[in-house]
Amino acid sequence: MSSDGISNFEGDALSWQLKDGVIELALHREPANEIGPGMLEELEKFSDSLERAAGAHALIMYSTLKAGFSAGADLRALYEGMQKLSPGEAVRRTREFLERIHRVLNAIDIAPLTTIAAVHGVTFGGGLELALVCDLIIADKMARFAFPELRLGLIPGFGGIPRLKRDLGNAVVRDLLLTGRSFNATKAQSAGLVSQLAAEGEALRIARATASQLKKFDRQTSIAAKQFIKPIPYEELRREIDIFCELFTRPAVATGLRKFVESTDAQPYLP
Amino acid sequence: MRTPDQTVDEILNLAATYFKIPREKLTPDDDFFKTLAIDSLQALDLLTRLEQHFHIELPDYELQGVSDFRTLASRIQSRL
Repeated sequence: MSSDGISNFEGDALSWQLKDGVIELALHREPANEIGPGMLEELEKFSDSLERAAGAHALIMYSTLKAGFSAGADLRALYEGMQKLSPGEAVRRTREFLERIHRVLNAIDIAPLTTIAAVHGVTFGGGLELALVCDLIIADKMARFAFPELRLGLIPGFGGIPRLKRDLGNAVVRDLLLTGRSFNATKAQSAGLVSQLAAEGEALRIARATASQLKKFDRQTSIAAKQFIKPIPYEELRREIDIFCELFTRPAVATGLRKFVESTDAQPYLP
Repeated sequence: MRTPDQTVDEILNLAATYFKIPREKLTPDDDFFKTLAIDSLQALDLLTRLEQHFHIELPDYELQGVSDFRTLASRIQSRL
């Protein structure tokens, strides 16, 4: 354990280390950092560690995978769980999963340090929701952002809509949510979702340079500024879980998930 | 203003460069998923490069069912 109280960690889906006051959280679950039970367990472990990271002033999260930051929730695990359980039990387990991931994401959202998502490639669904908990998003110019959940008969379930609404104008939120289309990084920056654009392969370097700049400021002032500008929309987040669970048992969801999971065509990530 | 033929030619040049395929092996009516041997994630990369090259926004739902370069060019042409 380091003197700052956070241990370096290397897991199946995540790794993290503290260096010079910056925690770097790497996502590396093949094929595209899908967020399922295994990654959630490691995110919970990370969230617990974060409480002991008093010496850190910044967090950078990034992906080591070529495909991108994250393609979102693990739809295969979601579908398989749904097949094995009664509808009532499937909803109960899904709610439990969502409540766990909301706890983790809320903890990162409110963490008393400045958080940066350095993203590239696909940043879709749950992957976008993970990036949205960060204070800054620095995007490789080849990054793409989308909420494809409506294609599955669902809404985003990891806090995406309330956080997007917190950060952006409603017209942009409706476009992303209701069309399911993806934005490129330039569009995402013009919409206010991305704070800095990076050349291909440069997002992590730029995130590190930004984290280095943050160290110059008084920590308590930075924390106060963050708390002032970034309230957590708890009520809407709870409502999101309720709506997700209400939608979850509809036949359209099983059909949409099955279509995705069993797809052999080349276009499962296109609407 | 580009002509449709110019647009399709620029797409083929860009695809050949990015996916490292000899330009002469690409024709407007090729199925780009097969010719370039790409999946939907790589198709999104191609879409991003096309948006950057043509300075347009092309919603990916406009690519639904599109697999040949000529049709792709017509979708782009309508946004130039």
